Amino acid sequence: MAIESTDAGAMLLPAPAQRRTGFSLTLRRFLRSPSALLSVGWLALLTIVAIVVPPFVETEANRQDLGLRLLPPFQLEHGFAFILGADSLGRPELLQLIMGTRTSLLVAVLSVAIAAVIGFGIGLVSGYFGGWLDEVLMRIADVMHTIPSLLLALAVLYVLQPSIMNLVIVLALTRIPVYLRTARAQALELRERVFVESSRSIGADDWRIIWRDLAPLVVPTIRTVAMLEVASILLAAAGLSFLGIGLQRPDVDWGMMVADGRAYLTSAWWVTVWPGVVIVLTALAANLFSNWLRAAEDPSQSAQFIRRPRRGKGIS
Amino acid sequence: MWTFLRRRLVTSAISLVGVVIVVFFLARLTGSPASLYLPESATQEQIDEFNRINGLDQPLLVQFWDFLVGAVRLDFGNSIWQRRPALEVTLEALPPTLALAGIALALSLIVAVLLGSIAAVYRFRSPDRVISVVTLTISSIPDFWFALVGILIFAVQLHLLPTSGYATPAAWVLPVATVMLAPVGVLTQVVRGAMIDALGAGFVQNARARGFSKARLVMRHALRNAALPIVSVAGDRAAGMVNGSIIVGSVFAFPGVGVLIMGAVLNRDFSVIQACVFVVGIGVIVVNILVDALYAVIDPRVRVSAGKGK
Repeated sequence: MAIESTDAGAMLLPAPAQRRTGFSLTLRRFLRSPSALLSVGWLALLTIVAIVVPPFVETEANRQDLGLRLLPPFQLEHGFAFILGADSLGRPELLQLIMGTRTSLLVAVLSVAIAAVIGFGIGLVSGYFGGWLDEVLMRIADVMHTIPSLLLALAVLYVLQPSIMNLVIVLALTRIPVYLRTARAQALELRERVFVESSRSIGADDWRIIWRDLAPLVVPTIRTVAMLEVASILLAAAGLSFLGIGLQRPDVDWGMMVADGRAYLTSAWWVTVWPGVVIVLTALAANLFSNWLRAAEDPSQSAQFIRRPRRGKGIS
Repeated sequence: MWTFLRRRLVTSAISLVGVVIVVFFLARLTGSPASLYLPESATQEQIDEFNRINGLDQPLLVQFWDFLVGAVRLDFGNSIWQRRPALEVTLEALPPTLALAGIALALSLIVAVLLGSIAAVYRFRSPDRVISVVTLTISSIPDFWFALVGILIFAVQLHLLPTSGYATPAAWVLPVATVMLAPVGVLTQVVRGAMIDALGAGFVQNARARGFSKARLVMRHALRNAALPIVSVAGDRAAGMVNGSIIVGSVFAFPGVGVLIMGAVLNRDFSVIQACVFVVGIGVIVVNILVDALYAVIDPRVRVSAGKGK
């Protein structure tokens, strides 16, 4: 559905004009949507905190003070850093969370970006040329689809040392097929279109057609999918860290913090609960924003942005 | 229809062989079991003896060939870890996981069809918005954290449910809920989308004009036509159920493939890893073929077009 509408728009309107209207329209809708504003606000706050704060608090975040171990939250006598309590080694939860934010966001964004770029490139080429290479690539995508992603990650991370870069590689690897299939399906459909035919008739070679004719039409879909994937990658990364195969101290992320708190679940709930709450809020923000963005940019869904009369019938 | 299924079977078999090859070499990369099972002080002779007994002294390609020959006869060798045939170990772990995945998927489908249909009928109005926020929130909760918080609330605070085990029905509540977390949100959105399309179709409008009740319209006329994408996405989730099983195994010590896979990887038990992946792969393929067959049962149009030898 989304494919056709984007394409139809591009064919009806001259491209630059359509872009400008589309963007300002999206922006106007954005400013009117509380959920979109809130979620972008939260994500922006996290990003700023993750970039700015860690260098200043790194030592304090990792300083262990056994006198303060499992300090309950909402007490200010040990300083604001301990407002959310302390973990089993007396480290301030709040600062640990901030350090974790940097890792978790970095891992999620990098994995999505790498998987999207690779999947997009391969999918486009594979869908355009078809043939045996396409068959082979699709079978590989099938294979990756058949192996449970956690098992693949378990095995690979067991071989490689736990580190941020290896975690990113594993996560990206398991998600490439998503983009590959999307890009391929679109390329497969688009290559039969008249505008591709006309490009070819005026002498454009295959690569030029792929990058100048197909890629611009596939990018919006890939972007939508990538936005949707941010939340699930975030959860997957946290899951791997929780199982103890994602990262190693001194690196810390939210999943690892949940795992740390697990042993003290009955006596110190905050060590487990806070990082989880942050994960939920962040994944929810990413989900809400990507859902909103998809609806806002898709003309077939724009009905929901038009104010409907109160007595509207349910079934359209 | 049959040509279609046959084609599907062939491509699935190729996938399975691919999976098995990947896992064979991946598992070998995790290091030698000898260093894990023998003491540090083991002499070279002891290591050689260990490798000889377990067939690890052969060149990698010979091991691979032996493995392939064995796999065809469903013989995956002995588990180094448990000293029993690997397939036996794997098949023992299967029933709890199958039951868990089956119950979780069935409940997810029921919940998704209900919520998704309501959302579609009240599209863009408050019930739809509420359901959309709820399902988005559900898909944003990490399953392992949900499991821990579930233990915290229902086991530690309220003493309603046990923290682990699987013998009593109460012990199944939290694991099932945990495994449902991932599919239920996605499925609800799929049901909503498919239902909106179906409700807009001519025959539903026609039925509506004839004065059928809204509930009958949705459940009889639209649902049948919305079923294809729903079934397809539900089938897609089959491999993902193993992920849930691993988490549930880790948090609730719930027995099954999840616990086995974790243990096998940590113990470098190659034969069990391979048997597990083989069995899971077969499971995923069976589910996919069932889904394709279900297509044809649900939608006569598929029977016709597939029969033309697509």
